[in-house]
Amino acid sequence: MSAPSELTVGTELPALKIDPISRTTLSLFAGASGDVNPIHLDHEIAQAAGMPDVFAQGMLSMAYLARLLTDLFPQEQLRSYGVKFAAITPVKAEPTCTAVVTSIDEVDGERRATLALTVTLADGTVTLTGDAVVALA
Amino acid sequence: MPVSPDAIGMRLQPVSMDIERGRLAAFARATGSTDPVYSDLEAAKSAGHRDLPVPPTFLMAIEMEDPDPFKWIREVGIDMNYVLHGSQHYAYHRLAYAGERLTAASTITDVFSKKGGALEFVIKKTEITDETGGPVADLTQTIVVRNPGVGA
Repeated sequence: MSAPSELTVGTELPALKIDPISRTTLSLFAGASGDVNPIHLDHEIAQAAGMPDVFAQGMLSMAYLARLLTDLFPQEQLRSYGVKFAAITPVKAEPTCTAVVTSIDEVDGERRATLALTVTLADGTVTLTGDAVVALA
Repeated sequence: MPVSPDAIGMRLQPVSMDIERGRLAAFARATGSTDPVYSDLEAAKSAGHRDLPVPPTFLMAIEMEDPDPFKWIREVGIDMNYVLHGSQHYAYHRLAYAGERLTAASTITDVFSKKGGALEFVIKKTEITDETGGPVADLTQTIVVRNPGVGA
């Protein structure tokens, strides 16, 4: 997949819908990302911290959003990428990642698009907001 | 317990990591990536890469190579059970590849509180460099500490 050839302010990029997040995924991501915080893996530790259950690593959702970006743009064109974590992602949640172009600027001799990013769960909860800057070929 | 303001300026021990193809392929699998560029060397080379590229958010794994990556959090007086990841930002200088040895050097740059101390914020900046010392990416992380029963 690649980005629509003519990006303009307001262009919505194709959304990325993620299957329900399983406990297995949390374990695989903990191993692969090195985030060994047991609150995402161990039910008893999560409950001791006042949570009803384990919940997904924020960085997992950030990685999903990054997939949306690299599906559309070669990664070497990604200049910056940042998110704020707004809400916890429970196990079995179904995140959808979206991006919309908010500006197109000339910076350091290249055309760059700024994208507003959002991850939303099926119940409408916004879990992540952020932005990315990509150079346009 | 309030986070010690002495933490500001604290430099963490740099951590280095050999970026391995197998680990990148595991990361691709864990994040549901179907783009073979991130897991198949031939696909990566066909796309013009010299090896498997390091995906945008994998760089945080470098610091996690430390045998006790959350030690500094305890040292500044934070209970890990009350820590939330507030924000994460990456500024990229270049694409990194499997086969490289990358180093993460972090500094605590700010500590502040909101809501009468009910929430505390710790800002950590991390420079990722290659074996020549050349910049790969700059990371900024906000850690939020919940202090139940404190403040308004």
